[in-house]
Amino acid sequence: MSGDNFSFKMGLYNGIPIGLGYLSVAFAFGIFATNSGLGILESVFISMFNVTSAGQLAAVPIISSGGSVFELFLTEVVINSRYSLMSVSLSQKFGDSVRLRDRLIFGFMNTDEVFAVAVSKPASVSRKYMYGLIIAPFVGWTVGTLFGAVAGNILPDVLVSSLGIAIYGMFIAILMPEVRREKSTMLAVIVATALSCLFFYLPQLSKIQGGFAIIISSVLTSLVFALIRPIDNEEEESDV
Amino acid sequence: MDFKFFIYLIVMAGATYLIRMLPLVFFHKKIKSRFIRSFLYYIPYTVLASMTFPAVFYATSSVLSAAVGVCVAVVLAYFRLSLITVALGASVGVLAVELLQILI
Repeated sequence: MSGDNFSFKMGLYNGIPIGLGYLSVAFAFGIFATNSGLGILESVFISMFNVTSAGQLAAVPIISSGGSVFELFLTEVVINSRYSLMSVSLSQKFGDSVRLRDRLIFGFMNTDEVFAVAVSKPASVSRKYMYGLIIAPFVGWTVGTLFGAVAGNILPDVLVSSLGIAIYGMFIAILMPEVRREKSTMLAVIVATALSCLFFYLPQLSKIQGGFAIIISSVLTSLVFALIRPIDNEEEESDV
Repeated sequence: MDFKFFIYLIVMAGATYLIRMLPLVFFHKKIKSRFIRSFLYYIPYTVLASMTFPAVFYATSSVLSAAVGVCVAVVLAYFRLSLITVALGASVGVLAVELLQILI
């Protein structure tokens, strides 16, 4: 099995850059979460059990405002729906050594970056490699959140306020290259932004909870664009 | 940390996990439908766009500092700088404006 040439050590090594990246993004999330009124331990628990940036960021306002559980559920389903496609793709990268119980664990850690590294390997990947790969990202995400949550209470207000934009900065960094590359994506991003702003600023629509506003804006826009501007490529290109 | 938080946590983690895990365990074929593939292609970008705007303008202590941060982020991201560079660049832009606002 060529796929089993990938060792635990190599996976661990490949996971370190992901872990370092997560450390800083999770730091910003930790600040955001505690600033929104969540406790330090609550913020860390959210990161430990979800390991997803956009889904967690959308969840915090719902949780801190005591929003409905259904809204939270639907928000997570929509925002994380892209993972279903990545998991389908990832399942085809696994070598014979990967068993059912391994899949149950790798599913938990199938983040955008872990997925990107695993599928970029020329041959199929072994279970040992996968176990190595997911360690640093998990540790980076959890520890980064803890640091951010603690720092949010210590750092001066002006620094906390500045770091409040960090996660959104990361989102913009993910959006821009694809917006530049693909005109359909640019149009879709503009339409989704316009819808989201309508929900926020129109008095009649602003009664709708933030989570639902994101769901309606993104699903509606994506449905319309899938109809009028379907994509041609075989490989999905999500890297969020 | 109260009981309600654990309900939130379980629902949230459960939804996220099932979406990731189920296809990994049960799906071994590629999605053929061009419509579904296109929909799933657009979702991350439309989600990020509607999560970012207009919320980002209220993520700092003033709309002005946030707007400057967004401009810095857009310019840096346009030139394909790394995620961390863009995120920190935006933060530095916000910091600069807010320090000026305090001084003036």
